[in-house]
Amino acid sequence: MADEKVQTKLLDELEKGPWPSFVKEIKKARKVSPVCDDLLGQLELSYEEKVGHWKHGGIVGVMGYGGGVIGRYSDLPEKFPNVAHFHTMRINQPSGWFYTSNALRTLCDIWDRHGSGLTNMHGSTGDIVFLGTKTDELEPCFKELTEAGFDLGGSGSCMRTPSACVGKARCEWACYDTMKMCNDITHQYQDELHRPPFPYKFKFKFSGCPNDCVASIARADLSVIGTWKDDIQQNDAEVAAYAAKGLDVQDDVCGRCPTKCMKWDGKKLTINNRECVRCMHCINAMPKALAPGKERGATLLIGAKAPIVQGALLSSVLVPFVPADELMDTIKELISRVWDFWDEYGKNRERVGELIQRVGMGNFLDAIGLDPVPEMITAPRDNPYIYFKDEA
Amino acid sequence: MAVTTEQLAEEMYQMVKETMGKKNLKAGDLTKAMIAKYGEGEINKDDCKHAIRILMDSGRCVYSYFGGSFITLPHKEGSAPE
Repeated sequence: MADEKVQTKLLDELEKGPWPSFVKEIKKARKVSPVCDDLLGQLELSYEEKVGHWKHGGIVGVMGYGGGVIGRYSDLPEKFPNVAHFHTMRINQPSGWFYTSNALRTLCDIWDRHGSGLTNMHGSTGDIVFLGTKTDELEPCFKELTEAGFDLGGSGSCMRTPSACVGKARCEWACYDTMKMCNDITHQYQDELHRPPFPYKFKFKFSGCPNDCVASIARADLSVIGTWKDDIQQNDAEVAAYAAKGLDVQDDVCGRCPTKCMKWDGKKLTINNRECVRCMHCINAMPKALAPGKERGATLLIGAKAPIVQGALLSSVLVPFVPADELMDTIKELISRVWDFWDEYGKNRERVGELIQRVGMGNFLDAIGLDPVPEMITAPRDNPYIYFKDEA
Repeated sequence: MAVTTEQLAEEMYQMVKETMGKKNLKAGDLTKAMIAKYGEGEINKDDCKHAIRILMDSGRCVYSYFGGSFITLPHKEGSAPE
């Protein structure tokens, strides 16, 4: 749109209120980025007509790569020529999303030279998201990014860019080194990340404890969630201190324990650790008094996804406990079996969780060579897909 | 292996060329077709992976996205403005 100031009556509503506004930010960027007026103009039109004007798909990478670029075109290129091409680039983020300010400046400078200057830190995939560039700018942008030590992330039927919580870098509850695991898996599976080999996307997410700060249980095809095998570490003096400061240990801690495995007699907290399901509530409520146990590792879960082709799924326990120092080898071994099975039987655009639903968990476990274990179900006879044979 | 990676890449290229416009092929389709042709004793998934990489790095084929990722011949994008 040639007009310097596009009329955005509907979008202006989104500038009101105390929260940061994407409309406000795009308007600020108008001074340096010629795409902003057209971007706002097209979005305003979409709001007026209640119709999206982006076309999606096509060639999606730089030379040799099959992921990392999401093609976007305007279906009104004559009206909004500056956003006729408006491709998204996904940049592989560092584990735990830690940057130096210099790294951030480098990224922003590259994007100012080759794209709209608009970013999304971070996308729901975890990647750094660069919003809006032309096809001709993809290769030069990629070249500068790799020279600066960055690489594209995953998209399409790739292994998606793995993501992890901050783990041991900033959190005392991390039961394994999530950042190292995320980094190692990213390096281990570079080919799967850049050259889509699967029926559909595959996501790894690493959470250091059951608080699951990266929501892996809801989003990752393979969720790796830190846990512990022994007893919760307990400091009775600190429990008493919480009570003295007014925390209602009976109602707010014991009363909210999902398995009611704790007792408070007014002086002493007693935990029946055998009944604990690692929900983290008591530890979150009294972080100075309670902590995860010392025998730490992770639970591997499979099959979560958000609703796209089919409905949402939460992941299911695959391996209840893997000691922290055996995690990498276990994941590598397990994932090769899972990918082999998915390659063989997965339909186009079928996530691994949907495949498991289609063939049945029992058949899936059989195929990858795992035995069903009680930790895979929440209570006896509540699971319709695992049948234990009558030995008699 | 009796068949070289370059030969595999060439055969995959021919498959993509022949099916272009009729059927979109995924990396897994090409891999399965090659293993079916030569047998698992002769070639494996890694050989096919390397062959696909040769195809991509040479620019003879590209990855395209049509709801999932497919391997196609380089083409002008249908969505791209003239």
